[in-house]
Amino acid sequence: MKRRSFVALAALGALFWNASRAQERVVRIVAKKFEFNPSEITLKKGEPVVLELTSEDVTMGFAASDFNVDVEIPPGKVTSVRLTPDKEGSFGFVCDVFCGDGHEDMGGRILVVAS
Amino acid sequence: MGQAFDRRDFLKLAGLGGAVFASGLAGCAGMAASEQDEFYFVQLSDSHWGFKGPALNPDAAGTLPKAVSAVNALKERPDFIVFTGDLTHTTEDPKERRRRLAEFKEIVSKLEVKTVRFLPGEHDASLDRGEAWKEFFGPSNYSFDHKGVHFVALDNVSDPAARIGEAQLGWLKADLARLDPAAPIVVLAHRPLFDLMPQWDWTTRDGKAAIDILMPYRNVTVFYGHIHQENHHMTAHIAHHSAKSLIFPLPAPGSQPKRVPIPWDAAHPYQGLGFRGIEAETRKPAYGLVEFPVKA
Repeated sequence: MKRRSFVALAALGALFWNASRAQERVVRIVAKKFEFNPSEITLKKGEPVVLELTSEDVTMGFAASDFNVDVEIPPGKVTSVRLTPDKEGSFGFVCDVFCGDGHEDMGGRILVVAS
Repeated sequence: MGQAFDRRDFLKLAGLGGAVFASGLAGCAGMAASEQDEFYFVQLSDSHWGFKGPALNPDAAGTLPKAVSAVNALKERPDFIVFTGDLTHTTEDPKERRRRLAEFKEIVSKLEVKTVRFLPGEHDASLDRGEAWKEFFGPSNYSFDHKGVHFVALDNVSDPAARIGEAQLGWLKADLARLDPAAPIVVLAHRPLFDLMPQWDWTTRDGKAAIDILMPYRNVTVFYGHIHQENHHMTAHIAHHSAKSLIFPLPAPGSQPKRVPIPWDAAHPYQGLGFRGIEAETRKPAYGLVEFPVKA
């Protein structure tokens, strides 16, 4: 492959990659003792989203086992998770890093609707 | 009844306590076993000393002492007792945490059994990585042998993210290495080692790694707490049995949208609370479980 063609193809690829990333919806969730805000988010089946998770106090967890998501959220940085829901319904998520009295109540729901 | 403890005695005892659950006991009824082949121990769990919530348990300060009295009143004295974690209810105040641990230790010192083993739960240990708990009870993972059964206590709570961790997994592997694959092994832990209900945080993040280490051993049984109810589960040939709590029961896994505790029922006080007797038959090996209630 000639170098010029390769560069053109690479540029085209980058364009598509950027375009697909630009289409991703960003959902921000803030964690603090002992709640997520928002605690309920609505996503569309098949629509890729980026969850941007932050913690206002201590290291928290974000576990949505129905979508194989399980991350820790250290305070002071954004933890990003890519997710494309593959099923409709209401699915729970919880904090799975013990954070004190109230930890057991710390959770929320992901509602996935038809696209 | 003397110190000899045969199946008939156990069933008699079970009759006083409640339902018997047989773990790997197929064909065992009527089997003769010698004194050396069997022994009996008690599992208590999740006393959450320091918890206050009258709607869930108006006798929060009385339930643990009642359980201690009930164990002391057992017709047959167990060889030893294990507490599988959440001895105390969590607090962010390190002084209060130590005060609760000290009070708990004082109450259970009234148990009339020489050997009592303890494990931490996340309420005891997760906020300070087990520092205070270890001051009172020593190492949070250990092993011991009793009448031919190898017991291993795993700490899956001092890491607030519910990891056993590479170091402890390495220790587990080395601890088991000297055993015959047919050796009877009992694992004690607070959280379930398998994914019982990850949506409710009823799991251990690297529990599968521990199960993988245990899997080559043919006679492994796990006793744990955390979920405040009985649950019996198999991962291949490994049996997992959770214990009731001594503070409030929790709903069955996935039976409702949220993991909210079951309120106190004034018509049936202490319902869902209790402790467990375990009869080990080392020759088979097999375990007979009997659940004892807490009574007013």
